[in-house]
Amino acid sequence: MNSRIFHIAANTFREAVRDRVLYNLIAFALLLSAAAILVGQISIDIERLVVVNLGLSAVSLFGIVIAIFIGIGLVSKEIDKRTLYTVLSRPVRRWEFIVGKFFGLTGTLVVNTVCMGIGVFAALLYVSHKFQHSDTSILVALYFIVLQFVIICALALLFSTFSSPLLSAVFAFSLFVIGSFAEDLKGFAAMSQGFTRVVTVAASYLVPNFSALNVIRSVAHEHPVPWSLVAYNTIYAVVYSAMALCGAVLIFERRNLK
Amino acid sequence: MKPSQKVTAMAAFLLVFCLGASVFTRGRVDATRPTATLDEVLFFNSPKMLKRLSLGYDGLVANLYWTRAVQYFGSKHHDYAKNYDLLSPLLKLTTALDPELTVAYHFGANFLGPKPPEGAGRPEQGIELIEYGINNNPDDWKLYYDLGFIYYLELKDYSKAAEAFERGTKVPNAHPFLKIMAAQMAGHAGQTETARMLWTAAYQNTEEKQIKANAIAHLRALRVDDDVTALEKAVAAYKEKTGKLPPSMAALEIGGFIARLPLDPTGRTYKLMPDGRIEVRVPEALPFIEKGLPPGYKPGPPKLDGLEK
Repeated sequence: MNSRIFHIAANTFREAVRDRVLYNLIAFALLLSAAAILVGQISIDIERLVVVNLGLSAVSLFGIVIAIFIGIGLVSKEIDKRTLYTVLSRPVRRWEFIVGKFFGLTGTLVVNTVCMGIGVFAALLYVSHKFQHSDTSILVALYFIVLQFVIICALALLFSTFSSPLLSAVFAFSLFVIGSFAEDLKGFAAMSQGFTRVVTVAASYLVPNFSALNVIRSVAHEHPVPWSLVAYNTIYAVVYSAMALCGAVLIFERRNLK
Repeated sequence: MKPSQKVTAMAAFLLVFCLGASVFTRGRVDATRPTATLDEVLFFNSPKMLKRLSLGYDGLVANLYWTRAVQYFGSKHHDYAKNYDLLSPLLKLTTALDPELTVAYHFGANFLGPKPPEGAGRPEQGIELIEYGINNNPDDWKLYYDLGFIYYLELKDYSKAAEAFERGTKVPNAHPFLKIMAAQMAGHAGQTETARMLWTAAYQNTEEKQIKANAIAHLRALRVDDDVTALEKAVAAYKEKTGKLPPSMAALEIGGFIARLPLDPTGRTYKLMPDGRIEVRVPEALPFIEKGLPPGYKPGPPKLDGLEK
């Protein structure tokens, strides 16, 4: 990473961690992990399952909210506060600005996930009194959640390059919902014919596949996650977010900032 | 006092007053319409729709529905309910969202079949649930056991029960007990012993407290039924030998008709009635017993609290 991108990323990270909303959301996620202990006690016989399901779901949902709400303001805030002009008046290319912002937000989300993940493991330790080998699958689930955030970050950034923060949030959240139905969309494509089939197949490949990145239920049942899935999901998340970043760069390069 | 302080004090007072008033009014509203509870409402009936609405967090939603199913059964059971209409839909939703949540199948096997107030009185729904569980977890021998359990205890269908246990024996690492059960069913001999084996297995193979308590209550009932049968046989033998009914239980022991006076599972002695029948002293403490009850006795809701320990 060149130094300009690194500096923008570092500043974005610094700016994000100063945001009070971020701490509120992390606090809520940690609170939910703690509440999982309580819910687990009334969910007879499945305490561990509840702690894993509720804890990881909280990490995922709150992380997505953080990714969307910080991601959509990354460009528009800089324009509103006119700080973007200061940055771009220096020897910084527009694409470097976008990529730096992306890495800064991704870094923030990784740190958040680590904090929330510690909360989940603490709740698990409280319920189970010890860790077991199958708990390593929870780390894989957390890694997949980070991959979800990476894709959401890239999408939020893409939308923020050409739209208002409100619309960007709506677009990003809608894509998250549609992406959760990605496998249904593929099934629907298989059942349709002719032009509809072409359109649905295209749509099913175009929307992000979040369902493959959600292995929470599987790891809650202590099933191992195949390494091939880890590898393919990693490649998919990298390629998909790179695609969204390229789109963001293309739009931002041509955007009239006057 | 400054005007701003007055406003603050007034607002604080109004806030506390309104909070108290809303709590009081809410209590009155609930008291006015006691039957209008959310317990009997299922907002989503379609497992497929619910699965999609969960946006991939189906495990979490399944856990919430499982909790609701247990609470629904617990509250209805406590109120001596005559119907458990939502128990089957709740368990179906739970298992559709998370087909590997085997505790829900075991719960269904134990509480969908028995007649109210012990259960929902819908053994066919229990069978449907377990078959769904077997389709999704074909290597879990406990599900075949659950299936045979319903066929044997609720439907008295010995051939179907034998078939279910037999299917279970083919599962890798199946409990050897299934082979014995399959053989017992085929001959459907020694029904009390078979029932005892089933309930013992039910107790040993679960961590779920309500299922454990239910199994213990049934095992205790089987013991009472055995004791009463033995005591009544002893009374008949005494009468045959002496030409009259024994004056007391002690007479049976003194006459050598029984080795010693048995105590029921609650630690109480049995009562010898003037007509020679044997009765338990506190029938409500012994749910599910079929013998030793006073004539015309109608059982109350089974009290399972604390039995699981």
